[in-house]
Amino acid sequence: MLEVRGLNKSFSGFRAVSDVDLTVETGQIAAVIGPNGAGKSTLFNLITGHLRPDTGSVRLDGRDITGAAPHRIVRMGVGRSFQRTNIFAKLTVFENLQAAFLVHRGRGRDFWSRAAALYRDDTERLLASIGLVDQRDTVAGTLSYGNQKQLELGLALASDPALLLLDEPTAGMSATETHDTIRLIERIAGERSLTLLFTEHDMDVVFQIAQKIAVLHQGRVIADGAPEEVRADPEVRRVYLGEH
Amino acid sequence: MTSETTTTTTTGVAEATPAAPASQMIGGGSSVIGRIPWTLIVFLVACSVPWIGGRYNTFLAEQIAIDALFAVSLNLLLGTTGLVSFGHVAYFGVGAYVCGILMKTYNVPFILAFPAAGLGAALFALVSGYFCVRLIKLYFAMLTLAFSQIIWAIAYKWNDVTGGDQGLPEIPFPSFDWLNHVPWLGDLKTSDQFYLLTVLLIAISLAIIHRIVRSPFGRVLTTIRDNPERAAFIGVNVKLYQLAAFVVAGTFAGFAGALYGLFSRGVFADYVFWSKSAEVMIMTILGGMDYFWGPPIGAFALVWLNQEITDYTQYWPFFLGAILLVLLFGFPGGILGGVDMLWQRLRRARRA
Repeated sequence: MLEVRGLNKSFSGFRAVSDVDLTVETGQIAAVIGPNGAGKSTLFNLITGHLRPDTGSVRLDGRDITGAAPHRIVRMGVGRSFQRTNIFAKLTVFENLQAAFLVHRGRGRDFWSRAAALYRDDTERLLASIGLVDQRDTVAGTLSYGNQKQLELGLALASDPALLLLDEPTAGMSATETHDTIRLIERIAGERSLTLLFTEHDMDVVFQIAQKIAVLHQGRVIADGAPEEVRADPEVRRVYLGEH
Repeated sequence: MTSETTTTTTTGVAEATPAAPASQMIGGGSSVIGRIPWTLIVFLVACSVPWIGGRYNTFLAEQIAIDALFAVSLNLLLGTTGLVSFGHVAYFGVGAYVCGILMKTYNVPFILAFPAAGLGAALFALVSGYFCVRLIKLYFAMLTLAFSQIIWAIAYKWNDVTGGDQGLPEIPFPSFDWLNHVPWLGDLKTSDQFYLLTVLLIAISLAIIHRIVRSPFGRVLTTIRDNPERAAFIGVNVKLYQLAAFVVAGTFAGFAGALYGLFSRGVFADYVFWSKSAEVMIMTILGGMDYFWGPPIGAFALVWLNQEITDYTQYWPFFLGAILLVLLFGFPGGILGGVDMLWQRLRRARRA
């Protein structure tokens, strides 16, 4: 599904991502872990077109998407959520999701219909699926942090992605919120047979749901494999799991 | 009668959904106030001004109407798309000059010159917007300002076409001979007939913009306003939509400019000076840029205040500055934002 080869990105001399190779198979739940500043978010930004890599390639189902514009990559079936919550703050929850449907179905060029009347059923279904029916008419900027994260997941799902990238989906959440969010993500990934790639700092979460883990350290992949292999890897234990 | 109306209003307030978004609170939603056809009333009142208001009020009303359209076109960028343009007067000016030059120099009838003004403004918006949307925030604003100053320089210096610093005085009114036999309208002065035409064209323009703002295209623009980064990640080609908004806004500014040139019986380089961009932006913010009817209310308030204050003192800019200060610190949502806030506070108090 996703194939990253030899990816490099430097910011004024600092190598944020360095020769990264990463493969995610269709239907897999894969995680990228690493300490703060390891390059996880940069890697996501390179894959989704937010940043352009210095060298290397990103392939989606065999198609080269390296450096393509974000809106094109979304249209090829890649959805993403952000580490810092990223929603449309002045619109209601309903309007947020409806907008995502409008864009995904190519209605954005329609100057004349009433937007409020379009894709209501799809929006209602998605609202139910992400558990935000109660907050339907709340202005998104006033939602609780956890609910904003749910909404963000909804925005990514509205474009019906085959591959979903989640950047720290439980960042800043309480233990209960984290638990609920992970169950939600697992359920939705199962229902839609999504391929999932996520970054996470909470190790319990990672080992709970990931089928494959890549460990980033100072911009390099230092381990890549099944959870048990990664957990046993001596270098990973040294740099990341805090053993010396 | 009065007491009955009051009771119904109260019920309507209680029934309004508590979580309805702010943007639907005024002039919409399920309350009784929302069901009154305000736009129709305003339109009819505006149409009756030549009969009931006299010459001076007609003059004021026409100025307000044109500024309202100009401000609403700016708000398509400011309030809907989140683009701060400091050079919106350029498109107003292009519209005014295109219409004025066609009608005065080439004797083109208004029915052709008016659409041509919109088209000219749209073309210039397409070219200048192409460069502007490549920049963000302050740089975007500065480049819009630069383009508007280029238009001003052309207007000021290209004597053969624009009349230079002399401008284009005495642009003829459109011909209203065909109205002569229409009862009521035929007896009016030409300037009043033109006033009615202006009100009609502006009403149509506002209806179209209203429709565009509520359309899927308009919704996409609001996603760009709220969060351009996120908009790209739901699949929006952000720059393309910003450019489209820029062109639509420029077109309607061009229409406003064309009407203004005829209204003031001439087009002058002053009209394109950058301070006019600031003025229309103040109107928009004063009325409330989060509301469709905010800019027209801002236009009304500013034109009216200007008249009132200049009757007493010559220090209009001083008062303008003071108004702005109060506004920015006291009512950051503008007049409608303030009304909205009061309204919601009242409702909460009533429920408690």
